[in-house]
Amino acid sequence: MSKVIKIKKGLDIKLKGKAEKVLHKVGTAATYAVKPTDFTGITPKLLVKEGDAVKAGSALFFDKYNSDVLFTSPVSGAVKKVVRGERRKILEVVVEPNGKGEYESFKKAAPADLSREEIINNLQKSGLWPSIKMRPYSIVAKASDTPKAIFISGIDSAPLGVDYNFILQGKEKEFQAGIDALKKLTNGKIHLGIDADVEPCPAFVNVKNVEITKYTGRHPKGLVGTQIHKVDPINKGEVVWVVEPQKVVSIGRLFTEGRYDASKVVALAGSELKETGYFQIIEGANIDSFAKERLASEHVRYISGSVLSGSRIEASGHMGYYDSLLTVIPEGDHYEFFGWIAPGFDKYSVSRTFFSWLNPKKEYIVDTNLKGGKRALMITGAFEKVFPFDIFPMQLIKATIIEDIDLMEKLGIYEVVEEDFALCEFVDTSKTDIQAIVRNGLDLMIKEMS
Amino acid sequence: MKALRNYLDKIKPNFEKGGKLENFHSAFDAVETLFFVPDKVTTTGAHIRDSIDMKRTMITVVLAMVPALLFGMWNVGFQHFTAFGTIEGKTFMQIFGFGFLKVLPIIVVSYVAGLTTEIIFAQIRHHEVPEGFFVTGMLIPLIMPVDVPLWMVAVATVFAVIIGVEVFGGSGMNILNPALTARAFLFFAYPTEMSGDKVWISGLKNVDGISGETIMGYAAQNKIAENPYTPLDEFLGFIPGSIGETSTLAILIGAAILIISGVGSWKIITSVFAGGLIMGLILNLFAVNDYMGIPAWEHLIIGGFAFGAVFMATDPVSAAQTEKGKWIYGFLIGIFAILIRVLNPAYPEGVMLAILLLNVFAPLIDHYVVEANIKKRTKRLKAAQA
Repeated sequence: MSKVIKIKKGLDIKLKGKAEKVLHKVGTAATYAVKPTDFTGITPKLLVKEGDAVKAGSALFFDKYNSDVLFTSPVSGAVKKVVRGERRKILEVVVEPNGKGEYESFKKAAPADLSREEIINNLQKSGLWPSIKMRPYSIVAKASDTPKAIFISGIDSAPLGVDYNFILQGKEKEFQAGIDALKKLTNGKIHLGIDADVEPCPAFVNVKNVEITKYTGRHPKGLVGTQIHKVDPINKGEVVWVVEPQKVVSIGRLFTEGRYDASKVVALAGSELKETGYFQIIEGANIDSFAKERLASEHVRYISGSVLSGSRIEASGHMGYYDSLLTVIPEGDHYEFFGWIAPGFDKYSVSRTFFSWLNPKKEYIVDTNLKGGKRALMITGAFEKVFPFDIFPMQLIKATIIEDIDLMEKLGIYEVVEEDFALCEFVDTSKTDIQAIVRNGLDLMIKEMS
Repeated sequence: MKALRNYLDKIKPNFEKGGKLENFHSAFDAVETLFFVPDKVTTTGAHIRDSIDMKRTMITVVLAMVPALLFGMWNVGFQHFTAFGTIEGKTFMQIFGFGFLKVLPIIVVSYVAGLTTEIIFAQIRHHEVPEGFFVTGMLIPLIMPVDVPLWMVAVATVFAVIIGVEVFGGSGMNILNPALTARAFLFFAYPTEMSGDKVWISGLKNVDGISGETIMGYAAQNKIAENPYTPLDEFLGFIPGSIGETSTLAILIGAAILIISGVGSWKIITSVFAGGLIMGLILNLFAVNDYMGIPAWEHLIIGGFAFGAVFMATDPVSAAQTEKGKWIYGFLIGIFAILIRVLNPAYPEGVMLAILLLNVFAPLIDHYVVEANIKKRTKRLKAAQA
């Protein structure tokens, strides 16, 4: 019987437009892209130029400071363009597919028969290495580290989050193969967190070589940071790796099939859609291949990931590497007359200062309006209600703002990443950009510790 | 509404950088955001945000003070007519109207003086005007004796905003509760206007022969037997005192609003009352005079105790910021409020001083709470390395 951990401090934001559990097939998208900006902490160096022919698994760029880590094309085709931003920073490497489905070939073998080095080598060459992230800092893992444990969260508890039990149906074999490969990378345990409140899928039930912990309660029970903190918290100098479940499947397929099969399932959710659902796509697909025809309104924001910590993309943008969810919500760039004094029956708030608290079951349409002006951090006690860590959130945020490294370390900066503070940012009365502050703090720590 | 929006949009460029009225940008912004929640959208981090903002928070606190304010206005009239023996035949509206006309000017002066100062500082700092004064501007009148000269209200308010808040870096950075800073300033600078038996009832100042003594006044003079008020009077608020502090019932309605809405910390409110009750009981044990002999529960419904516990101690900026710290902070306020009230012969009331004292010690309380968490983490690290 696995352990059940209850997350009491947290918040389930009920939004309208949860993805319906129907799996749609999607045709080939017009373009696919790998976005260096998805991978925190790397400096991309291009290996291709516009017009070059690539196969699925061909390297597009590598990390300047870690040349073994390759980032590869998810499909076969030709490099269409390299999108650059300010100071020629590479934003996207866009590939136009040729529909032939040509693959680079990699080592095909049962992970159990391979050495740690061979597994790492296979992952790096195929472009799947970046799917492993490390804590602290939430950056691409370093092969030179040996993590004390590897954590996989099988729960997405964020608003409109996907159901991994649905996504992983029929993928038991690949999931197990992925776990077996990961098992070689650590001397410690592989922890899998699953939802205690629903029937787990066979991939979770039958999996071997993992330590299963069940979680019940509220978001952020599904954030891997919460699970690490509750099961095996990170001390200074320790390293933990984390992998998203669909990436475990991709890793598994690399070893069972010997190729980089970048297909994955993403959910399309949000209040601005005529139809929601799950879609079988290939990594980095242009979202208009499945989102455009299902839009219910025009003035919307597309978020690759959840509304709390996803990244904003354009209408013809590409799915993020780590994301399994595309959220579409209304933009909120409008004025509201006396909005701060109206009774607010339809306004979502954790506080009971709006009368919407009388109707706790309601699902809300929430737009992107900031809903107030930025102020000093005045209100206390609000963060603590949604932050399940044994860490003082306000004190850590303030230490991070003043860049007091010693104090940040003492207050637990190694245990958190920006997404762990997303709920604090959501409830914050003073509208402070807390996730950005935490990211800055983590970048500062990386610089100081290297 | 649409016309107003169009008008604001039309005149807005004048107030922006390079515009004719650039120096009034903060004032314009304050007015604009008063009417409209701005159209700003999220750019980093969470794409959606809770509907609450500082304006909503502060207006909720002001709303919570309304019962105490309305009762206070009525009680000003009631106390006045009772003291002069002319209460017979007065209608409710006459009584309330008398108090309304006495209290309204104090509120107006407090808001005008304070907001002007705030707007000037916001403009100098290129900030938006903070909403903290919404609350402070209402708190100040409620803790004044009704006959306080208006110029004193103005001076005290400006003092509180500048010395209490702005010198520390503005709203959210202050150490002391600004409204209590204003009151403490008057209390020490003009003690004759702020204490004694003549200031609590309107019109009594130059009249001999009528006493407007508070219950604390009777107790301090060891004449508690002369206290004409029943505990029910004290709870409902038919007693002399500062404008908003007399009715414990009205204050408790405010407390309910603060606690249900989640704006005020129930931990602080409860622990202040608990601390006061326990100190009262301790003093009862050693009672050698009238004041020490007052039943512990009665302490909670007289003077400014309830008002301080609900509206002053809960100010999140000057209170302890950690949840454990809030229990300690509130409890000590309760202890010290009664201790100062009963044992210090110079001050018949101790709530104001107790809260200011604990405002100063709140960071220290937090320090030890946080330090305990740090120790736990260090210990875990040592265990992992061993």
